[in-house]
Amino acid sequence: MASQASDAALVARCRAGDQAAWSELVERFSRYVYAIAVQAFRLQYSDAEDVFQEVFARAYQQLGKLRDDAAIKPWLGQLTRRICIDRLRASARETPTDEVEPGGVDQTLEELDEAFAVHEALRAVPEHCQEVLDRFFCRDESYATIGEALELPAGTIASRISRCLARLKDLLEGKKPATSAV
Amino acid sequence: MSYDETRIGELLRRLPPAPEGWVRAAQELPLARLGLDSLVRRAEEDADFRRRLVADLEAALREEGVEPEPAVVDALRRRFQA
Repeated sequence: MASQASDAALVARCRAGDQAAWSELVERFSRYVYAIAVQAFRLQYSDAEDVFQEVFARAYQQLGKLRDDAAIKPWLGQLTRRICIDRLRASARETPTDEVEPGGVDQTLEELDEAFAVHEALRAVPEHCQEVLDRFFCRDESYATIGEALELPAGTIASRISRCLARLKDLLEGKKPATSAV
Repeated sequence: MSYDETRIGELLRRLPPAPEGWVRAAQELPLARLGLDSLVRRAEEDADFRRRLVADLEAALREEGVEPEPAVVDALRRRFQA
């Protein structure tokens, strides 16, 4: 699953023309960009897709201008926000409205930042925990679907989710993770 | 920071995966760009190649071993109309 490379290391590799690093960077931030477009700015599917592609196209072109490689995430967040606003302004020209930005954008962005931090912490838990938590919470898969995919009984999935969540909680709270196999 | 499991679950749910096709298209940007850049450069330097490209874009791309995917064809059309 996701690698442990820091954001700064990934950006440096992208700048050096490493295509695998670019692919990983897109993978790492794709959910964040998608969530900003769909949840914070409530864009329709086709508009969100255009924004998504535009964000990564501009990021690819302008990566060299990034002053601090470690600041890729806030930079992408700002870029996504600007492109969403441009898209809403273009729509508002066709249907004029006073305010293009939907209410509550700042609060949603704060929540998405927190969600991203939790999602990033997932990279530090064992792969089987990453997979089960991602399938259950992020992909909204049922115990039965996960059990089938992982060839495990549904009851085992429930207990694994519970133990992996506890492990992630410890990690987020800065506690040393339990050494037992989860 | 203090978290309970319910809150962690809620936060994980906030970031579902983006559609696979969108992610793949963004990941392929450098490859597409590289392919387009070299083709565009050659078309600018070689009038004969440019004529063939403009006359039948899909066929010219195939001759060059490039799969004429709609995104590539559209991008090249826009480039040569500009």
